[in-house]
Amino acid sequence: MATYVIMPQLGESVVEGTVSKWLKREGEAVNEYDPLIEVNTDKVDTEVPSPAAGTLLKVYVPEGTTVTAGALLAVIGQPGEPLPAADNTPLAADSGGVAHTPAAAEPARAASAQRQRDLGFISPVVAKLASEFQVDLQQVTGTGHGGRITKKDVQAYLGQRPAASAPAQPAAAAPALDELPPWEKPGEGDLFRPTELQFAAPPQLASSAAPAIPLPSTKGVPPASDFQPLASDFIPVEGMRKLIAEHMVRSKRNAPHVTTVFEADLSSVLAHLTANKDQFARDGATLTLTAYFVAAAVAALKAVPIVNSQWTDEKILLKRELNIGMAVALDEGLIVPVVRCADEKSLLGLAREINDLARRARARALRPDEVQGGTFTITNHGVGGSLFATPIINQPQTAILGVGAMQKRVVVINDAIAIRPMVYLTLTFDHRVLDGALADRFMSALTAALQDWR
Amino acid sequence: MPEMTLIEAVRQAMDEELARDDRVFVTGEDVGRRGGVFRATLGLFEKYGPGRIIDSPLAELSIVGIGVGAALYGLRPICEIQFADFIHPAFNQIVNEAAKMYYRSNGEWLVPLVIRAPYGGGISGGLYHSQSVEAFFAHVPGLKVVIPSNPRDAKGLLKSAVRDPNPVVFFEPKKGYRLIKGEVPEGEYTVPIGPANVSRPGRDLSVFAYGMMHYYCLKAAGTLAGEGIDVEVVDLRTLYPVDKAAILESVRKTGKALVVYEDNLTMGYGAEVAAILADEAFTSLDAPVKRLAAPDVPAVPFSHPFQEWFMPNPDKIAAAMRELAAY
Repeated sequence: MATYVIMPQLGESVVEGTVSKWLKREGEAVNEYDPLIEVNTDKVDTEVPSPAAGTLLKVYVPEGTTVTAGALLAVIGQPGEPLPAADNTPLAADSGGVAHTPAAAEPARAASAQRQRDLGFISPVVAKLASEFQVDLQQVTGTGHGGRITKKDVQAYLGQRPAASAPAQPAAAAPALDELPPWEKPGEGDLFRPTELQFAAPPQLASSAAPAIPLPSTKGVPPASDFQPLASDFIPVEGMRKLIAEHMVRSKRNAPHVTTVFEADLSSVLAHLTANKDQFARDGATLTLTAYFVAAAVAALKAVPIVNSQWTDEKILLKRELNIGMAVALDEGLIVPVVRCADEKSLLGLAREINDLARRARARALRPDEVQGGTFTITNHGVGGSLFATPIINQPQTAILGVGAMQKRVVVINDAIAIRPMVYLTLTFDHRVLDGALADRFMSALTAALQDWR
Repeated sequence: MPEMTLIEAVRQAMDEELARDDRVFVTGEDVGRRGGVFRATLGLFEKYGPGRIIDSPLAELSIVGIGVGAALYGLRPICEIQFADFIHPAFNQIVNEAAKMYYRSNGEWLVPLVIRAPYGGGISGGLYHSQSVEAFFAHVPGLKVVIPSNPRDAKGLLKSAVRDPNPVVFFEPKKGYRLIKGEVPEGEYTVPIGPANVSRPGRDLSVFAYGMMHYYCLKAAGTLAGEGIDVEVVDLRTLYPVDKAAILESVRKTGKALVVYEDNLTMGYGAEVAAILADEAFTSLDAPVKRLAAPDVPAVPFSHPFQEWFMPNPDKIAAAMRELAAY
C-alpha cells in the first residue's frame, strides 16, 4: 500500500514549510526513518524522516518550493503502484507527517495562489493604520500607483466600514488607565496617590475609642455558644488554578529559594518617562514603567549572565536568549507572556510589545508560544500596594524579580534629606545555581540601570 | 496695508532699523551714493550719511571681517554681499570667526552681525550671478540662515536679524526682488527667526520650499487645486535652526513630502528635510520623500535654453506634485 509523505506542521504557529532538499531521489529505495527531506520554516530547519520503507515512487514538490502544512510531498510504495494525480494534495486531518489514506484532495499550489492577492508595496503609514485599526488589507481597494493601497484608501475603507466592526480604539495608542491590566498601571502615576488612598483604611477595631458610627446595642445578643457555624463551600480546583498549584509546589520543593532585597530611586526613570511619553504615544506605544524594568533586567542579565540559566541535574544550562516573562494577574489566576529576545529591542520596541502582550493577555488571545520559553520573570506585585514580596521562581528558570509599589519616601542623599520615588526590588533565586554575592551583583546592576537612566 | 515689492520691503526694514538704533550701519560694495547694485540701499546714504552707509572695497573678506570686528565692538553691522556667488572669499570670516566666536569665548563675545546676499538663478546671470549657496551655511551651527519668500516676511525677518545677538546670513531671492509683490503691515512689526509658515494648507501632500521656489510652489499648488489635488505648501523661511516640528506635523497629516530647492540636488537642503522625515516620521510616510532641485552641474548655465533646463519652475514643480499625489 502506498504511503503519502506530507508536509508536517513543524511548530505551534508554523503553517508552511519549504522543501530545501530531497535526500533521496525518485526510484531510490528508502528505509523507514531514513532522513528523507530537509525542510525549512520561519522557525526551524529540520530533516523529515521517511514514514515507511519502500521505493520513493514520486516527488510532487521540487526543492525550493514552499507549501502549506498538510500538502502532499511524495509517495512511497512498491514499484508499479497507482499514483495520485500530480496536482492533488491530500490535506491530512492530523499531522505526524503521514497520511495513509488521501483525504479530499485539494491542489496545494492553487490553494496558496488564491489565498492572497498581491498587495504590492505597503507604505509605513498604511502598515501602521492597518495594524492600529486591525484592517484586513485584502479588503481595501488600492487606487495608488499600480494599484497600491494608499493612506487615503485605508482611511476611506475605515470611513465606510460598519461601525460594529470598527474597533473603537483610535485611542489604541493611549488606552485609558482603566483599560490597562493592573500590572501596567504604576507607570501612569497611580502610585503617586496619597498612601491613605492607595491602601485600604485599616479595619476598625471594636476596642478603638469612640467609633464614628454607634455600634448596635449588645443587649439581647445570644451567648456565643448558640452560634451556628456557617457551612463552608468547596471550590473545584481545575484548569489554570490546578496548574498553578502544581507548578508552585514543584518549584518550592525542588529549588532552594533565597530572596535578596534592594531599593531603587526611580527619579531618572520617571523624568525620562515624562519627557518621552508623548513621543512614544505618537509612535503608537504607551510608555509605562514596565518597559524600564524589562530594559533594566536585560542590562543586569547581561552583567551577570548566570541569572539567565536553568538548573539541570548534571549541568547548569546557560541560556543565550534573554526572554523576559511578565506575570499578569487574571481573574482566574496568573499568566506569564514572554517578551522574546528582549535584549534586541529598544525601549520603544519593548513598550510596544508589552502593550500588545498585555492587551492580548487581557483578551485571552495569547498564542501558546507566547507564554513559553521565558528565561527570567518579572512580577509587579506592587500593583496591589505590596512593598516587597518573595515570589516563587517560575520553573525551570533560576530567578524572579519582584517589583514593589513605588512610594515617595524620605531618603538621605549626600547627608541631606530628600523625597524620592522609591521602589523595593527583590530577587528570589535558586541557590543551587548561584550564591548571594552574584545575586547581589545582579541587583546592583539592575538598580544602577534604573537610577542612572538617561 | 500698502503693497510693495520684496526689495522695497528690504529697504524699509533697513531704514527703520537705522532710524531705531544708532549702532546699526550698512557696508558693502556700492551701497552708498549708488544705492547698491539692486538699489536696496537707495536713499539711505542721503538720509544717514557716509558714516553709516559705508562703501567698501571690492573685497568680501574685508566686508565681513570689518563686520565681525564692529559687531564685537558693540555695533550692529549689516554687510551686503553684492551676489551670493561672491560670498566665498568671506567664508572663513563667517564660518571660522562669526559662527564660532560665542562658543569659543565661552559665551563672553557676541557677534550681532547680518550678512545680506541676493541669491538664485533664472535671471540670465550665468555662472557667477545665479548661485544658491545656502546649504554651505545651513551646515554651520552658530549661524542662523534665513531666506524670505515675500515682502512681509522679508521686512519682518530682516528686522529680527538686525536685533538678533547672533550672526545671521540673510539670503534674498533676487529674481523675486521686483517680481514678488505683497502687502506689508504698516508700522512696527517683526517676524521671528525660526518658525516655518504653512502658507497654503492642504491634505494630499506636503511641499517644502523657501525663497523663489516657495513662490513657484504656491503657483503650482494653485494649478493642481484646479485638478482636485490639495497641496499643502510650507515656507521654511528659516533654514537653520530648522523648524522640525512644522515639517513633521505637516507630513504626519499628509503622508507625502516633496522638497523643492534651486540649489544642486545632491547634498542640498532637501536632503536634510528628507532625513528628518525618514528618521522621525517614518511610520507616517505613504510615499517616498521626493526632492525637486537643480541638476548636479557646476553652475547655472548662461545659455537661455540651458538655464531653463537647469531651473525648477512651476511646470516642473506641478509635474512632480502630480506624480507624488498619484503614488
